[in-house]
Amino acid sequence: MLKIDNLHASVENKAILKGLDLTVGAGEVHAIMGPNGSGKSTLGHVLAGRPGYTVTAGSAQLLGQDLLTLDTEERAHLGLFLAYQYPVEIPGVSNMEFLKASVDAVREHRNVPALDSVSFMKQAREACKAVNLDQAFLKRGVNEGFSGGEKKRNELMQMMLLAPKLCIMDETDSGLDIDALQVVADGINAMRSADRSFILVTHYQRLLNFIKPDRVHVLSGGRIVKSGDHSLALELEERGYAWLEDVA
Amino acid sequence: MNDFMQQALAAAARSAPPWLEPLQAQGREAWSKTSLPTRKTEAWKYTSLQALQKTFSAAPTQAAGSPLGDVPLPKLTGPTLVFTDGHYRSDLSTTELPAGLRLVRFADATSDQAERIAAALGSAILPGRHVFAPLNDATLTDGVFMDVPANTHIETPVHIAWLTTGQNESISVTQRLLVCLGENSGATLVESFANTATGGTAFTNGLTELLIGRGAQLNHYRLHLEQGDVVHIGGVHARQDADSVLNGFHLALGSALKRIDLVVDQQGPGAHSSLDGLYLPRGTETVDYHTCIEHAVPHCTSQERFRGIIADEASAVFNGRIHIHPQAQKTRAELSNKNLLTSNKAEINTKPELEIYADDVQCAHGATVAQLDPLTLHYLRTRGVPRDEAEVMLSYGFINELVEAVAQAELQAFLKPLLARRFARDSRLTRHIL
Ligand SMILES: Nc1ncnc2c1ncn2[C@@H]1O[C@H](COP(=O)(O)OP(=O)(O)OP(=O)(O)O)[C@@H](O)[C@H]1O
Ligand SMILES: [Mg+2]
Repeated sequence: MLKIDNLHASVENKAILKGLDLTVGAGEVHAIMGPNGSGKSTLGHVLAGRPGYTVTAGSAQLLGQDLLTLDTEERAHLGLFLAYQYPVEIPGVSNMEFLKASVDAVREHRNVPALDSVSFMKQAREACKAVNLDQAFLKRGVNEGFSGGEKKRNELMQMMLLAPKLCIMDETDSGLDIDALQVVADGINAMRSADRSFILVTHYQRLLNFIKPDRVHVLSGGRIVKSGDHSLALELEERGYAWLEDVA
Repeated sequence: MNDFMQQALAAAARSAPPWLEPLQAQGREAWSKTSLPTRKTEAWKYTSLQALQKTFSAAPTQAAGSPLGDVPLPKLTGPTLVFTDGHYRSDLSTTELPAGLRLVRFADATSDQAERIAAALGSAILPGRHVFAPLNDATLTDGVFMDVPANTHIETPVHIAWLTTGQNESISVTQRLLVCLGENSGATLVESFANTATGGTAFTNGLTELLIGRGAQLNHYRLHLEQGDVVHIGGVHARQDADSVLNGFHLALGSALKRIDLVVDQQGPGAHSSLDGLYLPRGTETVDYHTCIEHAVPHCTSQERFRGIIADEASAVFNGRIHIHPQAQKTRAELSNKNLLTSNKAEINTKPELEIYADDVQCAHGATVAQLDPLTLHYLRTRGVPRDEAEVMLSYGFINELVEAVAQAELQAFLKPLLARRFARDSRLTRHIL
């Protein structure tokens, strides 16, 4: 699904990713943990092609295609989805209009027939329900005035409607109340399938009790410094990251 | 007087009703003493009148039945008066009036009506506040008087369309509207300005006066849809009595030059004025809105929201003056002006101008100038929305709030596609807005 080799990237001439390797197979769930500022969000942004993020070396392939030469929207068409750690507010553009534009664009490029408005509305309402957001959120400006947890659930709703192949979820569990965490975990579990993979960036092993990861990685200093199974997350929770510095 | 000023007088058509003659004479007199503003005049600092250095002449009356072409005009249920090149067109107008409303052309006024019009004309314009008012007086041959008697509520909108056809080179048109709302009355007025062809230059001198009686409410929409070489120098001057409400919505698409002055004079306590406005120049067009709220008495409120999107090498001016007189205690005034520049060569000069002489008032103002936010654009693209469509969505999103606030449903339905398409070369790009 995703193959990243020796990825180096910088932001404003500051090197952040320094030789990152990561391979995620189809249908797998990988968790990435790591200290603040280690480059977890940067990885997501680089893969999504955010302006200001420069790849200086290495490669990244999604479904066998070179991701790094594609425009941002082409990456989304191919199947990449990044749930933001800090979702963007777009006053004046309604959530509904935004979702419809996204779904239409993605379906068009994947050669899936367009949804008529009635079917779209039905799907959008179901997605709202699935993430436990009131339908009134469809009419509001995108993320405008949403609470932290509502923004995260709105990201998940977009993900459900866009049916991506690779879902990168950047701290979607942060700032969620206990019930919302369950809702988000259920949503993700329901989307798991043999041809869809997940990268869950998280600080809390708690999420991983709900969603069993195939692999757990520690990202530190711009590289994956340790990988293991679920037990690594438990160990990190117990011991923190300091002991890993020797490894790095 | 320079060439333009003399020619402007000479251009006046001569067939005015006799009762207008004293006003014309006064206007001629005042105009001959006027000096045309230059860039050194504070209120005209950013707007040049260079576009007026042409010869303009009055248009001959058009044969009834000459087609309008596809002018983008709102279709509203209710009486519609259409003027082309300054001349009334009975063939294009619908004059069936709702009960109670009087809608009279100056040319048709009875002697009683003429007396009322003559007495009221100019009374809403504060002395010296409209440079082009004397020229409007001097060249006035016809206009419209909209009269809503006390305690009368007119539900259907009154639509007055002032068009130029481009059939005649460089014509000059004088537009005048006088609106009187009696005590506790209510009405909705839509003024639209458009040109039926982009060829041919036109100079429109527009002047609308609103006299809003105690407890009355006027919903006023003024749409400047003229494009191309049209120059419009115009103004709306309103006087509000106690507890009256003026809800104004103003739109200006760009053309060679549009300068619109909106002056609201609150003369009775409890008056509320709200002005929303959009200006959307592109190419090398210029739009200049000068607004002024005179808070002259206590316990009045005002709210202004103007948004501009300036594209290409276009320029815009927004000057929002709030004048709170010493006796105007307990005034609440809000002014917000937001601008979006979609090109590096686009220009905006925005200035809130507060003059506050009372101490117990609340006054909030803000002006912003921004470009499309690259990270917001990127966010849309991460969801698969192509860049050009994302740009259209964000541009429309910038003005959406004011379009949604247009209370007249038919008008809103007209404005949405008009404005959305304004930002899109390809109609597919607006499909999610409409
Ligand atoms: N625009 C920028 N200019 C300079 N430094 C930046 C910029 N953006 C990110 N950085 C730096 O890059 C480093 C990695 O940031 P990143 O957001 O990827 O961390 P993270 O691992 O996601 O941290 P957290 O756990 O706090 O979310 C940080 O030191 C951050 O300050
Ligand atoms: Mg982060």
